[in-house]
Amino acid sequence: MIFRLAFGSLIARALTVGMTILAIALSVALFLGVEKVRTGARDSFADTISGTDLIVGARSGSVQLLLYSVFRIGNATNNVTWESYEDIANREEVDWIVPISLGDSHKQFRVMGTTNEFFDRYKFRGGRSLDFAEGQGIGDLYDTVVGADVAETLGYKVGDPIVVAHGLASFTEHDDQPFRIAGILAKTGTPVDRTVIVSLEAIEAIHVDWQTGAKSAGPATPVEQIRQMDLQPQAITAALVGVKSRLQIFGLQRWINEYSEEPLLAVLPGVALQELWQIVGVAENALIGVSAMVVLTALIGMMAMIFSSLNERRREMAIWRAVGASPVTILGMLVLEAVLMAAIGAALGVVILYAGLMVFQPWADAAYGIWLPIEAPSLYELQLLGAVIMAAALASLVPALRAYRLSLADGMMVRI
Amino acid sequence: MTKAALELSDVRFSWPGKGGFALTCPTFALGQGESVLLLGESGSGKSTLLSLICGIVAADQGEVQVSGTDLGKLRVGARDRFRAENIGVIFQQFNLLPYGRVADNILLPLRFSPERRKRVGDSSAEAARLCADLGLPDGVMNTPAGRLSVGQQQRVAVARALIGRPPLIVADEPTSALDAATQDTFLELLFRQTREAGSAVLMVSHDERLGDRFDRVIRLEDIVKTERAAA
Repeated sequence: MIFRLAFGSLIARALTVGMTILAIALSVALFLGVEKVRTGARDSFADTISGTDLIVGARSGSVQLLLYSVFRIGNATNNVTWESYEDIANREEVDWIVPISLGDSHKQFRVMGTTNEFFDRYKFRGGRSLDFAEGQGIGDLYDTVVGADVAETLGYKVGDPIVVAHGLASFTEHDDQPFRIAGILAKTGTPVDRTVIVSLEAIEAIHVDWQTGAKSAGPATPVEQIRQMDLQPQAITAALVGVKSRLQIFGLQRWINEYSEEPLLAVLPGVALQELWQIVGVAENALIGVSAMVVLTALIGMMAMIFSSLNERRREMAIWRAVGASPVTILGMLVLEAVLMAAIGAALGVVILYAGLMVFQPWADAAYGIWLPIEAPSLYELQLLGAVIMAAALASLVPALRAYRLSLADGMMVRI
Repeated sequence: MTKAALELSDVRFSWPGKGGFALTCPTFALGQGESVLLLGESGSGKSTLLSLICGIVAADQGEVQVSGTDLGKLRVGARDRFRAENIGVIFQQFNLLPYGRVADNILLPLRFSPERRKRVGDSSAEAARLCADLGLPDGVMNTPAGRLSVGQQQRVAVARALIGRPPLIVADEPTSALDAATQDTFLELLFRQTREAGSAVLMVSHDERLGDRFDRVIRLEDIVKTERAAA
């Protein structure tokens, strides 16, 4: 009955209570949303590469190497010569090696030169392989395989011609050498979805007439002539390496890092990711801190609302006292009231969160490649909700203690 | 002699830090089932006396006995429970929780008094009976208390005070918010029910005209002395 009366009391003050609950709900939705985006981003990143033991590139930072080779974020400072690549490929420990050549773009998507082995060796989300939604791998020099997002955004089908642009934000197009779409990959939720894949030789081919970044004057070399040329690349951007035995990873890594012909860097993807989290962690903590402050603000708002209601409810308190309620009961009722508001607010916040997820999930995936899973709240999230309700109970103790003192002093005799 | 419903002897009380308002009551008693009208203006110590009788505050010295129990010997929490078990309270106005149903309001004291609850038995039926006897319309039990007229609210307050037949009913100017005609009916109903329940009634008012309905009429200043320390 006390529960029902406490509930009735809240409903009787529907407007102020509603505002307070809305504030709590929004703050909880924000708090959980930040958490969702954070874990979603982490999982999306962590799911992007698997099965690769080492990433090799020119010597820079391990995070930078990871970002440009796997996530297509940022650029390589330098290349790896073909000789170095072959030296590594010939090492006894190496089971497989897939070269990657970056630097060109198609519309807003990056172009990556590699070999057909990439489609077999690249693994994501705990060992899943790339699948072709349509078509097949690269068969011809001017064949290309595009990721799911590329095909969807640009409306490509197998057999469509496309033209690759030089550089990343360039209007100079390699329009003398159009490509043909040979295959479209199934959706992976990784940067591969937003990549146009061509053969290493094709990267060489479209740069035949280019010297140090500018198109040389004179007529373009005809395609037929290019097809006859030796298109062995001089350099690549990076390489993904798998070793025969995991025990050999560190030995090979050291050998590559100490390679004397040119400065190289080999990193374990997992270790580089950890380093990345350390950097991102600061921003994450700031975000969590800010959203926690928003929750705190909402709870302080609730505290103020209970405070301001106390005066007009002194008569109500007197009735409770008259029928035998102790001051402790009155204190308990105010805490119960706060817990009710916080619980309803938290529940509403979860509803807002899921509604928001449904709206923003496709957008976050398309724009940032972050997959925000819509699933039942995790234990951690439930703990967070519990903590919010606990905090509400604690915050309500301040006005509740005042009500306690008031009801001790007023007793049942309040004149209104 | 049977235990008095209420008995005060050599009571002295002063509010802590309230301008030093102090009250003494050498002796005052109320027999079982007796009805007494206590006449007093506001500021005459009425509220303080009622707080003492209801065990909201404890006397500094002397005894306040309700049904033979000295309230001063009870701890704070026990006094609250004792009040719930033994005293029905009716205020001047705003007696009810407006957001609660009438039934919730009437049954509220039982929530804090297990013995009274036991005495009642079927509490809903008893609440319905009281409502009917007090002339409240059918189906009033499920109405939110805030929707009733003032007169109806006061009758619901009587039902709440009387449920479980507590030995003492304390009414603080329960009729002052009612017009003359309603006042009469209200008192009529109140006395019929208290007689039936065997409860003693202590009513405080400044309205002498109510006096002929009571067994005794006492002026507050005859039993209580108040002093206000020079501020």
